Amino acid sequence: MERPYDVELVKVTKRYGATAAVDGISLRIPKASYCCLLGPSGCGKTSTLRMIAGHEAISDGDILIHDVNISNLPSVKRGTAMMFQSYALFPHLDCLENVAFSLKVRGVPKKERRAKAQEYLDLVHMSDYGKRFPAQLSGGQQQRIALARSLITRPRVLLLDEPLSALDPFLRIRMREELKRLQRELGISFIHVTHSQEEAMALADLMVVMEDGHIRQAGSPRAVFEEPASAFIARFIGGHNVLPWEGGTIAVRADRCSLGETGERPHLTGHVAAVEYQGPFVRVAVTTDAGVEAVAVLPDRDFYRSPVGPGDVATLSWPQDEARTLAH
Amino acid sequence: MMAGPPRSAADGARPWTFYALATLFTLFIMFLYGPMLVVYVLSFQGPDGGVTFPMVGTSTIWFENIVKPGQMANIPVSFERSIALAAVVSVLTVVFSVSAGLGFRRNFPGSGVLFYLAVASLVMPSLLVGFGIGLGFRFLGWDTGLFTSALGAQLTWTLPFGLFAMFAVVNRFNRAWEEAATDLGASAWQRLRYVTLPILLPGIIGVAMGAFTLSYDEYARTTLTIGPKNTLPLEIYALISSATSPTLFAIGTVTTAGSFLVIGISLFVIFRLQRRRARLMPKEG
Repeated sequence: MERPYDVELVKVTKRYGATAAVDGISLRIPKASYCCLLGPSGCGKTSTLRMIAGHEAISDGDILIHDVNISNLPSVKRGTAMMFQSYALFPHLDCLENVAFSLKVRGVPKKERRAKAQEYLDLVHMSDYGKRFPAQLSGGQQQRIALARSLITRPRVLLLDEPLSALDPFLRIRMREELKRLQRELGISFIHVTHSQEEAMALADLMVVMEDGHIRQAGSPRAVFEEPASAFIARFIGGHNVLPWEGGTIAVRADRCSLGETGERPHLTGHVAAVEYQGPFVRVAVTTDAGVEAVAVLPDRDFYRSPVGPGDVATLSWPQDEARTLAH
Repeated sequence: MMAGPPRSAADGARPWTFYALATLFTLFIMFLYGPMLVVYVLSFQGPDGGVTFPMVGTSTIWFENIVKPGQMANIPVSFERSIALAAVVSVLTVVFSVSAGLGFRRNFPGSGVLFYLAVASLVMPSLLVGFGIGLGFRFLGWDTGLFTSALGAQLTWTLPFGLFAMFAVVNRFNRAWEEAATDLGASAWQRLRYVTLPILLPGIIGVAMGAFTLSYDEYARTTLTIGPKNTLPLEIYALISSATSPTLFAIGTVTTAGSFLVIGISLFVIFRLQRRRARLMPKEG
């Protein structure tokens, strides 16, 4: 039978003393998918990753990889490989030896392991850097070496702990594409921890939003963005206004809101707090009469048809069917 | 060559504090190295000269005297003893302080108490420590000796020093290196052998050198625990109190030259290790 999931978490809990960093989370990661664990710091995403890697003991629950319960196996037997946030390249070894490390500890003869390591340097486009030491490389190059060093173990699942956070914004986008390309080519699952919703949206097949040791929502980035399950999710993934409405709370996408003529549409009145020109669109921050902060993202053409400035009276409106009622 | 930092117009006029502090520093340097310089110069005293200025010609006769049989007969022997003892002390200090430095990274029960006990041994008056060890040996009816009581007495001094040095070294050690090694399949032993120790190596060499030097010129603890055979510092001290000749100065010059040689070699090794890791080459993006 075809195995549907690469990784399954069953009520996984991590307790530090009395506090639960990860509180009974369950998750199924389908075959060959790019999964992003997303959440603010302290939400338990890194603990979850480290439990999957075996660098942190599981307090309760089980983790399955390729249908095998690996909860009590040592790291090396789990079929995982981890890429550390700071890359953790060995400073005393050159790049080729760094990549060949896992073969060395397995007793693979020198010539063979060096040839194999060279293959993986080629894979990450670092063929000519074998003789360099990590300190001689830029951040992006170090990351490629770290990637090669993890992949040479032929993992079933690659675990990445905030892999892009040490890079400058330009390189981050390039490496992001590269990670996605590698994941597709290798056909294995990647689990990528990040606190950047932009990164998660760009990469993930499965986006898992965590808060306070719980999974608050899991789904494709589009599903999460279009149907945020709670005010927290709506705020965290951005692009939404969270507004009090008829005794409850609703989320409305900022780019679906408009200013001015309301017609029959639901609306709130207030004042313009700030206007930011962003090229293709203009971001108008509005403070409603009730003191709620909201944002309307307007196409530049619409904004300049009837421009507003800070302090102006404004009416924020949205199509009825764009409002999502939120559970509290 | 690299261009220096841009000089501002104000650079020409230094504040008076610069001159005051520069003078103070010069005096300090003179105070530190002046006496040693005198010793080095006087060790080349002429055959008819004494232990004070003026120089009566120059010669190397006092250096030759060191190895001549006679009054100085014990110098080469005690030198060998000192070196042997320092080597053993150095090895033991490295073994224990590296293990302890790695162990102290986690808060085990009693780690606080153990730490303060180690500190206490640094604060304890050295003469009293030596005295206590000597008395203890006598009380137990054991003979004091080079590699028993003297070794122990010196370790009370070098171990806490080594431990503190290792704290500084281990502090800069990234735990993720070890986790990465484990992740890549290394056993605990392989992790230590291929990752932890090589990365800590420059620091370990430093601890070894430090312990060696501390042991080599230790006096107060050793004097009461050494037994009948002297180390070099004890031998020299005995000579100073019995007879004086520029030979003592010659010994000082030779040992200093030896120390500088050893320091130079170890710095060179450390420098090479670090250069290997961070060779300056243009980075390509």
